[in-house]
Amino acid sequence: MNRIYLDHNATTPVRPEVRDRMLPFLGELFGNPSSAHSFGQEVKPHLEEARQRIADQLGANPAQIVFTSGGTESDNMAVKGVAFAAEKGHIVTTVIEHPAVMQAVSWLVKKGFEATYIPVGSDGVVNPDDVKRALRPETILVSVMHVNNETGAIQPVEEISSITKEAGVPLHTDAVQSFGKLPTRVDDLGVDLMSIAAHKIYGPKGIGVLSIRKGTRIDPLIIGGAQEKRRRSGTENIAGIVGFGEATVLAEAEREQVYARLAALRRRFVTGLEASLTEVYVNGDAARTFPSTVSLSVSHVEGESMLLSLDMEGVAVSTGSACSSGSLEPSHVLVAMGMETVLAQGTLRFSMGRGTTEAEIDHVLEVFPPIVERLRKMSPLTRSQAC
Amino acid sequence: MSMYSEKVMEHFRNPRNVGEIENPDGVGEVGNAACGDIMKIYLKVEDDIIRDVKFQTFGCGSAIATSSMVTEMVMGKTLAEAEQVTNKAVAEALDGLPPTKMHCSNLAADALHAAIKDYREKHNK
Repeated sequence: MNRIYLDHNATTPVRPEVRDRMLPFLGELFGNPSSAHSFGQEVKPHLEEARQRIADQLGANPAQIVFTSGGTESDNMAVKGVAFAAEKGHIVTTVIEHPAVMQAVSWLVKKGFEATYIPVGSDGVVNPDDVKRALRPETILVSVMHVNNETGAIQPVEEISSITKEAGVPLHTDAVQSFGKLPTRVDDLGVDLMSIAAHKIYGPKGIGVLSIRKGTRIDPLIIGGAQEKRRRSGTENIAGIVGFGEATVLAEAEREQVYARLAALRRRFVTGLEASLTEVYVNGDAARTFPSTVSLSVSHVEGESMLLSLDMEGVAVSTGSACSSGSLEPSHVLVAMGMETVLAQGTLRFSMGRGTTEAEIDHVLEVFPPIVERLRKMSPLTRSQAC
Repeated sequence: MSMYSEKVMEHFRNPRNVGEIENPDGVGEVGNAACGDIMKIYLKVEDDIIRDVKFQTFGCGSAIATSSMVTEMVMGKTLAEAEQVTNKAVAEALDGLPPTKMHCSNLAADALHAAIKDYREKHNK
């Protein structure tokens, strides 16, 4: 049975072109780019070429590009690094951020910083006016993600940036889900700090970037050998970096074409779901959703039991709730959108990618309704209490 | 590959005794939506022996598998025997559950005990 992968927001397969580009750096090109000898010096241009490629994609100066171990480190560095440099102050963020931002902010609150969490509407989108109202004279950072990982909701980062610019407060965006998929030029979005990662765009895991606008006050998290202009020490993950550069160029070359394909696939999928199932709800506003993602809430059925049943059919998805990932709380994102707990527990995230086909979507539309029917028959909620 | 044991998956795939019993002698319900699991157990009792037991569950894979397993473990048993069945015993009969599932999704024996309690209260036994 051919398996169908619909969890591209979690991670993506490394493209063969990317892997081929990386392989020499897991072989003969093993030198440390900081070394003065030929082994090091033959590697260094590849490091700088990758940096240039990513800088070009962001419309940034290569000097702004700091390589990290991934999106989580980039988010941590943005939030904690700005806080450490300011020593005290107030942070504005949202209730729908990735845990990497959310946990970094709540950790800082424990250390004496203050924070305001901006809510979202039922569409999962932040209102820029709320950001404006949350700003204080002592605000040191605003952090708002670009595209939400659970719902695909696109946040009004550009509008928020005109507010933060006026207030003179640095703006960070977690663009891990949008980089290589939507335009993410730092000047167009108006952000000072941007987190991105390779493995969401068919690059390797373990490599990310924090783009830092010149003049932004930020301390390093990881200190030591002064790599990355002292902003992030540690010998560079050169294979990962080269792979990230390659994945970036490849993603940009097909970005608009992939977007159009995903939009058509999403329409086909949503239409099919709504035609074959009652009491299912596609979360968010399609006009403000990146079309790879379908967040679907199904009444009377719990998410993990649907995930397992789909997995048995060879279809890989994830739950909107974090139940299967070890926590038993319903998704903070769906709850923030005002969804009732039981419905939040019955939410699946389907996330398509560049390789997703119509035939795969049609197959899911065939196997999914009977799964829901079977589990609904098993559920005590179907007829008794409508929670 | 699954995060669950083969036995859990087998009960998830082919759950035993799913459904409702008409005019049950006892009904027990435990769990809550915040946890993501709600289990309901129905009993038919004759001469202190469980003649029929069925379940309905809203919940994850282990919630469904533990519900199924507990019905299998107590079918035909006396109420006193059924009262001895613990959540831990149900989990062990399924070759274990992932650690995160031990608390929330392992309530099937509690639902059974609630159903027995309901039966005893209704029938003064």
